[in-house]
Amino acid sequence: MAPIVPIVMPKWGLSMKEGQVVEVLVAEGDQLAVGDDLIEVDTDKISGIVEATAAGMLRRLVAEVGRTYPVKGLLGVVADESVGDDDIDAFVAGYAVPSAAEDEAEASAYHTIDVDGIMVRYGRLGGGERTVLLIHGYGGDLDNWLFTTTALAEGFDVVALDLPGHGQSAIFLPGETVADLARFVERFCEVLALGRVDVVGHSLGGAIAARLAIDHPDRVERLALIAPVGLGPEINTGYLDGFASARSRRDLKAVLAELYTDQTHVSREMVDQVLRYIRLDGVPQLLARLRAGITADDVQADQPVLDLDPAQVPLLVMWGSADRVVPAAHAAAAPAGAEVVVLEGGGHMVQIERPGQVNATLARHLRR
Amino acid sequence: MARTITMRQAINEALDQEMTRDPSVICMGEDIVGGAGSPGEDDAWGGVLGVTKGLYAKHGDRLLDTPLSESAYIGAAIGAATCGLRPVAELMFIDFMGVCFDQIYNQAAKFRYMFGGKAVTPVTIRAMVGAGLRAAAQHSQMLTPVFTHIPGLKVVCPSTPYDTKGLLIGSIRDDDPVIFCEHKAMYDMEGEVPETSYSIPLGEANVVREGGDCTIVAYGLMVHKATEAAETLASEGVECEVVDLRSLSPLDLDTVIESVEGTGHLVCVDEANPRCSIAADVSAQVAQHAFGSLRAPIAMVTAPHTPVPFAPGLEDAYIPDAARVAKAVRSTVATGA
Repeated sequence: MAPIVPIVMPKWGLSMKEGQVVEVLVAEGDQLAVGDDLIEVDTDKISGIVEATAAGMLRRLVAEVGRTYPVKGLLGVVADESVGDDDIDAFVAGYAVPSAAEDEAEASAYHTIDVDGIMVRYGRLGGGERTVLLIHGYGGDLDNWLFTTTALAEGFDVVALDLPGHGQSAIFLPGETVADLARFVERFCEVLALGRVDVVGHSLGGAIAARLAIDHPDRVERLALIAPVGLGPEINTGYLDGFASARSRRDLKAVLAELYTDQTHVSREMVDQVLRYIRLDGVPQLLARLRAGITADDVQADQPVLDLDPAQVPLLVMWGSADRVVPAAHAAAAPAGAEVVVLEGGGHMVQIERPGQVNATLARHLRR
Repeated sequence: MARTITMRQAINEALDQEMTRDPSVICMGEDIVGGAGSPGEDDAWGGVLGVTKGLYAKHGDRLLDTPLSESAYIGAAIGAATCGLRPVAELMFIDFMGVCFDQIYNQAAKFRYMFGGKAVTPVTIRAMVGAGLRAAAQHSQMLTPVFTHIPGLKVVCPSTPYDTKGLLIGSIRDDDPVIFCEHKAMYDMEGEVPETSYSIPLGEANVVREGGDCTIVAYGLMVHKATEAAETLASEGVECEVVDLRSLSPLDLDTVIESVEGTGHLVCVDEANPRCSIAADVSAQVAQHAFGSLRAPIAMVTAPHTPVPFAPGLEDAYIPDAARVAKAVRSTVATGA
């Protein structure tokens, strides 16, 4: 008998427990290809699309708009036409949501650690011989990797940190330049005894990752940089300043709109979460300091990515062509030997807008 | 790091952190220290519902137990504010505000205006509001409209522990007198609150639920009734947008109107008596400024125009509930479809 493949509620990030079906984009009987958009889902942190993971006919649509399903809850069934309806019914009736032991393990996926007196929150998921370190950008946090962590965790030991002064780490900057932050990330790796790691950096995190690879060649095995700072002079300083100075939800929403091509990502929950961060005492001042440290005369202060040698450290550079924060044109300056992938239409947060393509490209690069 | 605490703890933490950060912040009120130093259960009671418990041990004489004379200590707090301190006075029940009304509405509210901006009065007056605790007519009122009416006063009434901490810190840091209304039925409500200090600006409403069919405006405990109604209505195919005003003065009318422009329907929910209430005010302002967006008459769900009854059955019937909110929404949505 041909296989019956369930479509299930995905787990995005470390803390997702359930998701609400907002829209169903397919109908029973549709032929699906891997990567097809199937179902729009809302969570308390993010809105996203469930994509097809197997090709075949959508035999049964279980998901109902407006209903909430647990992670791994059944949303639909894909199977070949040769499979009988009885077998499909039996599969749906017999499907049980896996839970228990795994949930407990994931509940402890968030950790905090003291690095030179600075409390750092990080998440660790998955397992494998190789460790992948994820570094977010300016004003971001480890939730910028919601769609990335769980996908990479299937083959790697994934560690994502909140940079100091960001997310739920201490509101403190060990220094305001790319080099200062790279030095801190190196200390974080030392304290956690991570050994050699592959590093994925987004935006400012890309520049930090590049600096880390240059200053600590023993630490970094491979690099993947997504919409990185550090490859050209231009950067949207209006975004940097707007983010640091936004006081109201309305102001912030307009600023966050710059990050995405598809504005449905700028959800109420997402804006709320960022608003909660920038309202913490000390955060606006800290971001203004960081903004001053990473720029000089309103252009990028350092371009460490230009100094990388892909022959020594295999380098992947990924960009959304419609990036409005750091221009995708910088990809052309990537050092010879780097793999460059530009995703048509994607914005600055391309790992959230195009998770399927980004994760597949990352996995291919990291397994090379 | 954020963790789950009660609204009572959120208030306590806000006071603690502001007293630590700013030496000019002091607290005063009846029993807020509560016999510290005396034996047994009397020790450090921390106010009538234990909100300030533990603060005396940390901040000592910056917490003042006052005589049972609201007119005296509210006046003293206002005077101290004009002289450079940032007092937080706990007035126990907002129902008692009447005995010190001159100090509040004719003095504190007027100084900045009458002295041409040369005087500020950064006092925060915390008081319990609302019904539901079987405390009878003189301890259960929602008197928010009375204070909202007076220019020069700011009025805040939060609905979650997160908002409570941020708005209380925002109130303490504000240079104008703020009436900070705490719903007594919500002290044990839990929610996620960051340990770090943060302030939420006064005058910013919060859209707690998005929807395209009807706007429900509420504040305080009524936000939860509105959300409950919205959940019920969603299962009937009616999507409500719930706007939590958070601050009643200044009022974030922009957010309300923006929502009404999207939905065309408005239901105002208020635990106060209906005449000259927040619900009546919001209804009037939306009718004035966004009449063209309305597809049906505005509906109000409020307490009746009576004192709060003492009989439990009557008190429960007095407080607007989710069923009444849902009924009002169904009716307005049907009218203007």
